[in-house]
Amino acid sequence: MSRRARLALFLCSGPGLAAVLVLGFRGLPAIGAYHGVYGLVVNGVELSERHATDFVTSLNFDLRAFDTLGEEYILFAAAVGVAVVLRGLRAEDEQEQDEQSADSSRKQGFAGASDALRALSLLLVPLFVALGAYVVLHGALTPGGGFQGGIVLAAGPIAGLLAGRYLALKRIAPESAVEALDAFGACAYALLGLGGLVFASSYMQNFLPLGIAGHLLSGGYMPLNSIAVGLEVSGAFLLVWTEFLDQTLIVARGEGS
Amino acid sequence: MTVVQIVALAAVAITGAGVVLAADPLRAVFVLGLFGLTLTMLFFSFQAPDVALSEIVVSTLALPLIVFAALRKIREHERELERRDGGQ
Repeated sequence: MSRRARLALFLCSGPGLAAVLVLGFRGLPAIGAYHGVYGLVVNGVELSERHATDFVTSLNFDLRAFDTLGEEYILFAAAVGVAVVLRGLRAEDEQEQDEQSADSSRKQGFAGASDALRALSLLLVPLFVALGAYVVLHGALTPGGGFQGGIVLAAGPIAGLLAGRYLALKRIAPESAVEALDAFGACAYALLGLGGLVFASSYMQNFLPLGIAGHLLSGGYMPLNSIAVGLEVSGAFLLVWTEFLDQTLIVARGEGS
Repeated sequence: MTVVQIVALAAVAITGAGVVLAADPLRAVFVLGLFGLTLTMLFFSFQAPDVALSEIVVSTLALPLIVFAALRKIREHERELERRDGGQ
């Protein structure tokens, strides 16, 4: 379809869409007006029932823990899919390159970084790891939790990439360790639910003592869930990132030789 | 609606248009990071800090890393194809 035809189509249908949108927005309640019941119930009841001060995390990891199980397995399946496809591609590429060129130098990697960048990443790595661990452990107390802290944790080794030391990154976070981390996190989350089945009466029921609200070990098994999710998310993201970066490394090797 | 919320909404609209109108994918990724930051401010001003934390880590860390790696691979692949065509 030519550009003019597309423009004409938009000019015909755009005002219709705009009219429908305006009509729809006029029927909405005002910003901040909440018409539901569940949120108000949770706000009133959650602190006395679960002793956790971050209600969103308690919804994620306790009151609606089963939904989070599905979400974690979505991430797990996505990471496994990426690994399967890209590793298959990488095996083919490596075979092709070995046939084409006799010497494939393994030293070729990303370009070296300036000293300022190296100093910055030296600062960033402990910052990321500390911040990630803090957000994961305080999931039940402050905003954040397993998912957010997990990504920040995964960014720690990636800051090594910022310093131009990708091969060092591969030694800190080798593929087997990253896979094991991902699988362990996913497995731990499902098994914590089994603890609920064994010690309390139903799957994913909170079975640990609730503690005092505001302390680190409060909310029953929420900190454990948070840690499991944090490990799983950081493992999944590290797996995906290193797979993508390995792909560029393969082509860069081909360029150099 | 407070002033902060209105400003955040306007910033989201402007940077969203900026992402679409960016010249090539590389520039679009940088504007996407900026768009993620404005979305974070929007969520924060609407009193949703958990969502804001998720948005900031995803749009400034996860997405740009993946897209940069993919863009680099595409560019190297194109260069490799050019080299092969030029050699033969």
